[in-house]
Amino acid sequence: MPADLMTANPDGTLLDVRDLCVSFRSERGIIRILENVSFTVREREILSIVGESGSGKSMTSLAVMRLITDPNAIITGSITYKGRDLLKLSPKEMRALRGREIAMIFQDPMTAMTPVYTIGWQIEEQLRAHQNLSRRAARARAVELLGEMGVPAPAKAAGRFPHQLSGGLRQRAMIAMALSCNPSLLIADEPTTALDVTVQAQILELLLRLRTDFGSSVMLITHDMGVVATVSDRVMVMYSGIIAERGPKPDVLGGPTHPYTLGLLHSIPPMHGEKPHRLPSIPGSPPAPMGRPAGCPFQPRCEFRMDACASRPPLFRNGMQEASCWLAEKGMPDWAHERAIRAAGEAA
Amino acid sequence: MLLPILRRLAEMLFVMFGISVVVFGIFFATPGADPAARIAGRNATPEVLAQVRHSFGFDEPLPVQYVKVMEKLFISRDLTSFVNRGEKVIPAVVESTPVTLSLVFGAAVIWVVFAIIMGMIAAATRGGIPDRLLMFLGLVGISMPVFWVGSVANLITQSRFHHTFLFSWVPGLGYTPLTQNPGMWFKQLVIPWITLAILYIGLYGRVLRANLVEAYQEDFIRTARAKGLSERRIMVRHALRTSLITFVSMFGLDFGALVGGGALLTEVVFNLPGVGRLTYVALQSLDLPFIMATVMYSSFFVVVANAVVDIAYAWLDPRVRDAR
Amino acid sequence: MSDATTDATLPKTAAAETPEGPWRVALRKLFRDRTAVGAIIVLVLIVLACCAAPLYAKYVSQSDPFQSNLDGSITLDGNSVDIMQADTAGLGLGVTPIGPTWHGQYFFGADNQGRDVAARMLYGGQNSLLISFFATVVTLVLAAIIGTIAGFIGGLTDTVLARLLDVLWAFPVYLLAISLSIVFISKGIQIGPFTIPSNSLILPIMIIGIVYVPYVARPIRGQVMSLTRSDFVLAARCLGVPSFRILVRDILPNVTTTLIVFAPLMMALNMLTESALSFLSIGVQPPNASWGTIILDGEDLLYTQPMVAIAPGLAIIITVLALNFLGDGVRDAFDPRAKLRVKKD
Repeated sequence: MPADLMTANPDGTLLDVRDLCVSFRSERGIIRILENVSFTVREREILSIVGESGSGKSMTSLAVMRLITDPNAIITGSITYKGRDLLKLSPKEMRALRGREIAMIFQDPMTAMTPVYTIGWQIEEQLRAHQNLSRRAARARAVELLGEMGVPAPAKAAGRFPHQLSGGLRQRAMIAMALSCNPSLLIADEPTTALDVTVQAQILELLLRLRTDFGSSVMLITHDMGVVATVSDRVMVMYSGIIAERGPKPDVLGGPTHPYTLGLLHSIPPMHGEKPHRLPSIPGSPPAPMGRPAGCPFQPRCEFRMDACASRPPLFRNGMQEASCWLAEKGMPDWAHERAIRAAGEAA
Repeated sequence: MLLPILRRLAEMLFVMFGISVVVFGIFFATPGADPAARIAGRNATPEVLAQVRHSFGFDEPLPVQYVKVMEKLFISRDLTSFVNRGEKVIPAVVESTPVTLSLVFGAAVIWVVFAIIMGMIAAATRGGIPDRLLMFLGLVGISMPVFWVGSVANLITQSRFHHTFLFSWVPGLGYTPLTQNPGMWFKQLVIPWITLAILYIGLYGRVLRANLVEAYQEDFIRTARAKGLSERRIMVRHALRTSLITFVSMFGLDFGALVGGGALLTEVVFNLPGVGRLTYVALQSLDLPFIMATVMYSSFFVVVANAVVDIAYAWLDPRVRDAR
Repeated sequence: MSDATTDATLPKTAAAETPEGPWRVALRKLFRDRTAVGAIIVLVLIVLACCAAPLYAKYVSQSDPFQSNLDGSITLDGNSVDIMQADTAGLGLGVTPIGPTWHGQYFFGADNQGRDVAARMLYGGQNSLLISFFATVVTLVLAAIIGTIAGFIGGLTDTVLARLLDVLWAFPVYLLAISLSIVFISKGIQIGPFTIPSNSLILPIMIIGIVYVPYVARPIRGQVMSLTRSDFVLAARCLGVPSFRILVRDILPNVTTTLIVFAPLMMALNMLTESALSFLSIGVQPPNASWGTIILDGEDLLYTQPMVAIAPGLAIIITVLALNFLGDGVRDAFDPRAKLRVKKD
């Protein structure tokens, strides 16, 4: 691989995922978890991937990290990072990339950190795996990182075991560890779900700062539309292993073109205006990968269901946003126009 | 840190007291049996019987008897055998302790090393052929009576194949103190070590594999992978290190139990004059004072070992350390 | 409160809504497990063979395995062969029993008293199996009672029972067994009007059974405790379900499952313990035999006729191995955790 390709593409694309499919061989045949997922992450950008549990958003992040270890997994497509297809790298090359170029933080920092080592030790371990550092230098850097992540008394905290810290501090330590080698891409898998609301806000603020302080891009996996609204540049909505909708955050949140996105937005309380008596929810639950209907997977729960839904819709582009819904074929659906106008009015 | 240790030590003393009461009960307060006759042994003269009755205070109430026996065991340490006239019991036990320790230490080194290797290979190849083969061999190891393995080992190394180059170096059965002749000490103990270790290699290897496989389901293994660590480092520093917590606590208990009499069968088969064989010989001649002493000392050793394990456990697992 | 309400709150009964009960699911799983089925077949064959011991002695071995036969002889390939043969080595003064003939009579050879080892092994197998089976029953019943009472009632009862288990737990198994054996087996035991002779099988059964009680009682106590404090039991209590009903409907089925998982493994352990105690001559008493006592008989002949010690050892290994395999299968079939291990998102 030529050295110049290791730097970012001219258009600023850091990660380019194309037609990613993940399936598992099982006793009952092949289970397709992800179907033709394509997206890009640009430099210093925060991409939110949002969806219910089982939508395949975590699977997407694990696939990018090549952390799907199940021998029955079949992964196809391409994951191009700085010009290199990650799926074609040897395990050793991939290992050199993990933690150094692409780092990941997980939902529950309690179980995601080895319980028998201090957090300082665990940060040192990552530093020394990728950089030629002495123990002393690694420890100093670990303490420095903890300080930068807003951990009070970082030198003391470095000597603590994971269970001795609060959830918020643990997640800060986790982020400090992930950022220790200045990765270009940080994958955050539900980083705030296990935390208290006040702590959530602090962690999100920290993620926003990464861009400026560390120059990292962030791929944020979440099911929380509130989190999406707070931090992302672009949004990708996933449903049952496929992309439902994607686009810049203001467009997608302001004028969703997929009924599923609309449903998700309805289920968060509005910031302004009169509060509904009861928050609407999407009736039903997402299909299991084995029981996915032919055609649009959302159709059994969709209030706009029509005959065309019997075949799988491709992604239709409207302006900056794309949605895999037949409604979006002929331009933006009516509700989207209304919402976009209302959003514009609120902003004004 | 000090208070929990003190509490654990108090617990230990309580269990020791409980054990002494149980042992006393078994030997002296079993219904339908005259303890004096049992202690004096078969063919005891009436004078000896009277002497036993007096020295153990069998005409006095049970608590007094209990105190007298404990005094003989732990304070004056002059409990004597009536079968082997006048032989002091406690010094004999103390004298044979190094033999048992030599046997168990060596076996423990072998079984820990091999069990870790076996567990790691099996866990790394889980579901594959090496895994299944090792787990089957482990189960066979667990299913073999140790005294039978010892007998077969003797048959092979002492008799059938003793004249081949393979086993001509194996000396006759017995024990040579380490201080007297280290080479001989080693040679005579190798086969007993392996014999004793087989069961535990199987047991520990299987347990370790199960723990490792379970550890591999944990989130922190995924984190370790995400950090870009090598598979080897993940196995040793993360999976193995967390699995060792169970391993160590098991080890302490088994080590204690072996020193405290579990190695008896191996000692008998290989004619090693340790505490276990002492018990065995006393058993053949129904020498109750001897058996009582070995049982009491051995179980106390086990209790102490358990306490040490618990404290080590807290040292290994920071979560337990804080919970106390 | 009506039954319907409790039913909805209790996972145990909720599982019964599916057409198949948890027991049938477990059994079906067990019989799909090839290793476990193989183990069951081996065990059935062993039990049948041991039951056929009198037939074997009468028609195949044609000798009394409990009677010494120092002067007898058998016909092998048309020649008359002495069972006790004069030593060819040394001074030729001693006698050595006949080795394995690999024929109906004295298949594995004879022991020091000229008895047919193969026939003794079948009889001995009866005792080994009986003792390990009933000792398992004793252990499981006592452990279930103690563990359930301690875990369910809690408080002072629990403290006392738990401490008692601690004390027994700290005892090295063999030493406890030896202590009990030496007191009972030397002279038998008299409790009131009942006399248990020293050669009764009840003694090793009780001794082995009692020795392992803490090994099962402790986990059961823990299980009952966590069940008693679990949300669904709390919910049932709040709904006014009587304690006894909770015990019978929610606690005991779970305890039973644990006991079933323990049973084959305990029986394997008991078989090894029985053989060890018999080897130390404090288990089965002569003239009765068990696989352990036959190995002990074979010790004296180890270098001359090793088959006397090897054959019963192999019988023990095969039986214990089959029990352990069965135990693995039963655990996999009944362990609900195995079902819960489904991949996350």
